[in-house]
Amino acid sequence: MSEAATITSLEQVVIRFSGDSGDGMQLTGSLFSNLSAIYGNEISTFPDYPAEIRAPQGTLSGVSGYQVHVGSKKVYTPGDLADVLIAMNPAALKVNKANIKPNAIVIADADTFDTNNLEKAGFKTDNPFEELNLKGIQLIMAPISSMVKDSLVDSEMDNKSILRSKNMFALGLLCWLFNTPIDRAMHLLENKFKKKPAILKANLKVLADGYNYGHNTHSSVSTYHVNPTVMPKGTYTDVKGNQATAWGLIAGAEKAGLPLFLGSYPITPATEILHELAARKDLGVKTFQAEDEIAGVCTAIGASFAGNLGATSTSGPGLALKSEAIGLAVMAELPLVVVNVQRGGPSTGLPTKTEQADLLQALYGRNGESPCIVLAASTPANCFDYAFMACKLSIEHMTPVILLTDGFLANGSSAWRLPSLDTYPAIKPPYVHAEMQATWKPYLRNEENLVRYWAIPGMKGFSHRVGGLEKDNCSGCISTNPDNHELMVKQRQAKVDNVAKVIPPVEVLGDPDADLLVVGWGGTFGHLYSAVNELNNQGQKVALAHFNYISPLPANTAEVLRRYKTITVCELNNGQFAGYLRSKVEGITLQQYNKIEGQPFTVNELTTYLKTLLEK
Amino acid sequence: MEPIQYKPADFKSNQDVRWCPGCGDYAMLNSLQKAMAELGVSPEQTVVVSGIGCSSRLPYYVNAYGMHTIHGRASAIASGVKVANPDLTVWQITGDGDCLAIGGNHFIHAVRRNVNLNILLFNNEIYGLTKGQYSPTSKKGFVSKSSPYGTVEEPFSPSQLTLGARGSFFARTLDIDLKTAQDVLLQAAKHKGCAVVEALVNCVIFNDGTHKNLSDKAFRADRTIVLKHGEPMIYGANNEKGLIIDGFNLKSVTLGENGITEKDILVHDAHCQDPTLHFKLGNMKGDLPVALGVIRSVEQPTYDQAVVEQIADVQAKRPARTLEAFLHTLETWEID
Repeated sequence: MSEAATITSLEQVVIRFSGDSGDGMQLTGSLFSNLSAIYGNEISTFPDYPAEIRAPQGTLSGVSGYQVHVGSKKVYTPGDLADVLIAMNPAALKVNKANIKPNAIVIADADTFDTNNLEKAGFKTDNPFEELNLKGIQLIMAPISSMVKDSLVDSEMDNKSILRSKNMFALGLLCWLFNTPIDRAMHLLENKFKKKPAILKANLKVLADGYNYGHNTHSSVSTYHVNPTVMPKGTYTDVKGNQATAWGLIAGAEKAGLPLFLGSYPITPATEILHELAARKDLGVKTFQAEDEIAGVCTAIGASFAGNLGATSTSGPGLALKSEAIGLAVMAELPLVVVNVQRGGPSTGLPTKTEQADLLQALYGRNGESPCIVLAASTPANCFDYAFMACKLSIEHMTPVILLTDGFLANGSSAWRLPSLDTYPAIKPPYVHAEMQATWKPYLRNEENLVRYWAIPGMKGFSHRVGGLEKDNCSGCISTNPDNHELMVKQRQAKVDNVAKVIPPVEVLGDPDADLLVVGWGGTFGHLYSAVNELNNQGQKVALAHFNYISPLPANTAEVLRRYKTITVCELNNGQFAGYLRSKVEGITLQQYNKIEGQPFTVNELTTYLKTLLEK
Repeated sequence: MEPIQYKPADFKSNQDVRWCPGCGDYAMLNSLQKAMAELGVSPEQTVVVSGIGCSSRLPYYVNAYGMHTIHGRASAIASGVKVANPDLTVWQITGDGDCLAIGGNHFIHAVRRNVNLNILLFNNEIYGLTKGQYSPTSKKGFVSKSSPYGTVEEPFSPSQLTLGARGSFFARTLDIDLKTAQDVLLQAAKHKGCAVVEALVNCVIFNDGTHKNLSDKAFRADRTIVLKHGEPMIYGANNEKGLIIDGFNLKSVTLGENGITEKDILVHDAHCQDPTLHFKLGNMKGDLPVALGVIRSVEQPTYDQAVVEQIADVQAKRPARTLEAFLHTLETWEID
């Protein structure tokens, strides 16, 4: 075998896998990204699949994609435009025209570029590349379908099953192109298809054939290598935001010594949290698939009253349905973690697309004065940390916490070093003590942080009643006394405000002497940080303040914001965080960059926008 | 250790009861506290959960752990309490509006899942706390503030709804029938599964006398029958009437007439898995007496126990017990 002509070293590469929703592109993409991570690269991934489960084959609406950003340095986003596109049919090519660089490498299954599939994808000529004006691309047309058929001719599998292995051929081809040895890929497949030996055998053969095909047939083509990065020592896995959230809840409950109870109703894009926790019976997690969103949160509140850590997971429309019950948890002063994986709204909106438009709903979407602690995760992996913090704050402050993630974080993934829980802070439930029995009342508060003490059914001498009606401060009896109501409202607010004393300050990243401060929150961190980094590398004086603690805001928020002459708040909504900051910090002028397309920011659009501000 | 003998007073809280004088809820509260004492579960192991409405104030009056929650959601909240800690005895107090209108969905699902709750449904066929609107159990044509020309809708039958949701236990009592009330509440508490007790209660202010055609001493014995498992379905002021099957229907007969003797009378089988006859017994009205007592009580696995057992089964097969141990069973790689 001859060696490949040249191997070009890359700092980073963005690869997009695209095909019919039945073509297995999600699996291929995640296998390749895991392989890259195993070989020491940084990864960030994002799937892009249609809302329909199985749209008609070969059509534009049936195209399913998966993008991975592989880097030799830290990568913070799945990348804007792809350097490499795998297009398993003409529809995949057409849909992704706007998602690839002009000089991208396109690997296509030549067998699918027939009249029938070209028509299904709405091409009018037999030259789709010309029709799409893809002049600069480097095209590798490989007859994937027919080679897979040849490869498995002796396998005794039917034609349909044989063609399902196409994705492994594509994976093999890609491994060749990026000089990634396939033995680890084989190991991953062995684990994946442990119980299906026939499928495993077919996949392993096709994977090797794909690799060899590239190596033998395209031996003169330049291949690539992304240099490994220096990552901290440890055991790593690939984690999606929803998984990290689920595991963070388990970690919080475990650290607090409480059983975890999740009451939830399936809703895109939050459902995987329910899936993951339902599978964790080995860790004693109780999940309750409720009859509706309201029952999801209500069972969680009941579970918290009974001494579990009650949690519920949902997306925007579900949060709306849960509002009244969250108010009950505010009033009853019980722990409750509400995870809202935001999607495009209002109403049913864009279920599979991302947005940050539930911020004000989380902050204010309840009747009466009903403050909640609100947190926002900012990377797929740190969904774990903020889910953990949501548990900690909710338990220790006896009040609901709403954790905001979004569709982008939920489905995106990155390599994650397995945490050692010893390095996470203790969580101490504010239980009643036997010696307080004589003087204890349901709303007796810790004077320092105003938190009431937690008495759990089964504890003798502490039986009491809580509920949604306003209660007398301390005694907990029903009260409509005007002064008492005002006192209780102020105390519930002060209890939440006090949390600012125990959370970290907001950090300023980038150029400390910046002229321009970019402000963001939640899931946009990767894009904002990459944009600020890029501009810093170009010598521009820009910094980023990114918020994970929304309510209360970190104690240094006003001080940080007042330090900068020009501030722009960038968010995926119509300006909710900007408006919130204006209401909380007097005397600041904020500019806004808002995108409401159901899509994440691109680094490119951000740098372009920020440059216009810097030039002013 | 000797089991502690509780007294009804042990389940009385220090709060003043604030229902209208003459309200049927007083009698039900007393019956409940007696049943709790007889059951012998301590106040701290007892949780009383309610929604919103007149009857939903009840948890404040019981010395136990209690939650007075939000309208319609008591079944869901009580389910959460019970699943979180199946060792607790959980009572749900609800009314016809709270349980069957705004809370209908949660109610049928709690019944379907067979969560081991004791649901006490106060049915006065009216919204009292909002001062007199018709409820989902108000009879068709009922005139109220929100139906000045009479309702044009059919009511729910709580027994049909419970059995239709595959309920394992249904009982009915009258507020003023203290003996039956206490008895069915005790049986409900002892039943392993979701027990629904419909209490026909009087709203003295907005719907006074709605159950008078049954509760009045003058004809209660002729218009109601207290069913007891294993006993013949005999009723009447002088125990002269009974129920038989006639074709597909129930029929009221008089003992001694047309050669009818006691052995022709149906014997109540509350434990029969097939609910067909329980449906019919629950629906009796008109020429047939309204059934009180335990109409259906069948053993079925409970949701809360099944959850515990499933966790135990999985744990027996999978060794990881901590999150960290579990994470290390995933597909991982080492960076040295």
